[in-house]
Amino acid sequence: MTQPVANCPNCGAKIVFRWSSTVQTVCEFCKSILVRTDVDLKKVGQVADLPPDSSPIQINTEGKYGNKAFVVVGRILYEYDQGGWNEWHVMMNDGTSAWLADAQSEYALSLSSKAQNLPAPTQVHVGQQFTWNNQPYTVTVITPAHYRGVEGELPFQYWDKTNVTFVDLRTESTKFATLDYSDPEPALYLGEFVQFEDLKLKNLRSFEGW
Amino acid sequence: MSAGTPPLSGPPKPQAKALNCPKCGAAIVLRSFGQAETVVCASCHCILDAKDPNLAILQQFEIKTSDVRPLIPLGTRGKLRGTDYEVIGFERRSTQVDGITYCWHEYVLFNPYKGICYLTEYNGHWNDISICKVLPTVDHNMFGGSSLTANYLGESYKHFQTADAGTDFVLGEFPWQVRVGEKAAVTDYVHPPRVLSSEKLDKEVIWSIGEYMYGREIWEAFKLPGVPPEAMGVYENQPSPVATNVAGMWAAFAAFAVLLLALIAGFDMRAKKEPVLHQTFHWERAKVANETSFVTDVFELKGRPSTVEVKTWAPVSNEWIYLNYALINQDTGQAWDFGREVSYYSGYDSDGSWSEGSRNDSVVIPSVPSGHYYFRIEPEVDPAVPAIAYSVEVTRDVPVFGFYGIAFLALLAPAIITSFRAYTFERSRWSESDHPPMQLSSSSGDDE
Repeated sequence: MTQPVANCPNCGAKIVFRWSSTVQTVCEFCKSILVRTDVDLKKVGQVADLPPDSSPIQINTEGKYGNKAFVVVGRILYEYDQGGWNEWHVMMNDGTSAWLADAQSEYALSLSSKAQNLPAPTQVHVGQQFTWNNQPYTVTVITPAHYRGVEGELPFQYWDKTNVTFVDLRTESTKFATLDYSDPEPALYLGEFVQFEDLKLKNLRSFEGW
Repeated sequence: MSAGTPPLSGPPKPQAKALNCPKCGAAIVLRSFGQAETVVCASCHCILDAKDPNLAILQQFEIKTSDVRPLIPLGTRGKLRGTDYEVIGFERRSTQVDGITYCWHEYVLFNPYKGICYLTEYNGHWNDISICKVLPTVDHNMFGGSSLTANYLGESYKHFQTADAGTDFVLGEFPWQVRVGEKAAVTDYVHPPRVLSSEKLDKEVIWSIGEYMYGREIWEAFKLPGVPPEAMGVYENQPSPVATNVAGMWAAFAAFAVLLLALIAGFDMRAKKEPVLHQTFHWERAKVANETSFVTDVFELKGRPSTVEVKTWAPVSNEWIYLNYALINQDTGQAWDFGREVSYYSGYDSDGSWSEGSRNDSVVIPSVPSGHYYFRIEPEVDPAVPAIAYSVEVTRDVPVFGFYGIAFLALLAPAIITSFRAYTFERSRWSESDHPPMQLSSSSGDDE
């Protein structure tokens, strides 16, 4: 598969898309936020410097989930009152995309779900149960968060968003669900917690002294 | 640990940060690459905001004792479960039960890839603790009161204790907003060697899972000098030192017992139990003036050397009779001498009826070769008895089970001893819990 190539409308640097369905990307050189249109790339904003963080994952980190290999192509950094976490946008070798969350070295992988009739944010409260794909989920925490920054390729436009409410749902197993209220239409992600070792990550960041 | 190939571009390598305490100016090292929420100055005991570049002061606490010192110094690295961890924080926590203060220590461990885990130490007992990734479920009892069991990853944990834990002393970095004086309701559920704990804070409940570790394992993991403090008493999730599996031991015992029974049955079936002599003798005091002994009819023992059972029956009642036997081989003259007493006493006393002895006696002579035999019998009779008829019954090739009884006891004894040791260990474990075993005196102040 040849990777689509374009040039940054701001600085002219080469922009390589690793994922064919990418909607938004960030120029590695000038940090312009670029949105793909039918014809070209449009600069829609500029990323502020991301705060230093301690995630061992970075763009281009490779790993495995089940029998699928993936590569990290993008990232959203969220913040809430207790700290921050990363949602790494990963591209699977079958062309689908998923999210690898990294919250203080706790890792979880989730996929966008097509479930319909999702509850409105005002209808959700802690302790409530929902069932998707025959799996019951319980609401454990509702977190108001905001976008701290983005990096790399994303499957949607996220350059102008600020606040977001997340609803975390857990099960008695490692499975979990997240309701994302960034857009007027709620989005559901279903996923599971994963062990760092099981991801067999390569191209990790290195830490001084470790 | 290797971090793989370094990226071609990207942000610079995170480094441990060296800062100064805004209060006293002492050096402060941030080892967790930004994962810490708070850091405590070791010299002035200020709790500082680790996320703030200026390390804003959040709290300052007084230390009452100067000897609160981590057994594993901050900055020490060690290997746990194959991963290198660095000690970045230390706190002392305490709880009060019946007016007595119990203190334990918690160590915050950090690895930039694996994140944070904890070690706890109480009276020389250690636990390797991580935050639960899966939510445990709690079963409530029928009265809706305190929860007695919790389930985690398919395993059931028994409620051990619920207590309020306070933080009295902190040092180094913490991945949460630590404050001295903060209290949490801590509930422990045990399934040795694991412990499942819930910490109830204002807004949230944090579940963690711990596994018991011995001091020597910690000393080895962190290469600490000297020897670890000796563990005192039995800890809530300490694995029982008693032979791995008591139930298994009883199962093995049962299997052996069945085998023994089978052997007994086999030998019993194989034994011929051949009657060779059955005679009744009449004894009268008046007639035995001169010849006190006599001989029986001759009988033949055939086949391989075998056991010979001699049964004596006498209708004694509060009397005795003593028979001096000699089993004599007519062909070779070889003799087996032995004496048997038959006595039976009974009566009533304040405790009711009693009896002692038996009218039957039996003895087995081992390995008697084949041949023609007779008995010479010399009775001695209770002076109170004027006359008595007694019978002698001789059987060849009877099975002997005494050995099996000994083997049975030899197998039973270790099973009982092990069960007892396991029982006493569990008893001392649970005597420290919210559910002490019954019949325990309340003066348990000596077992802390």
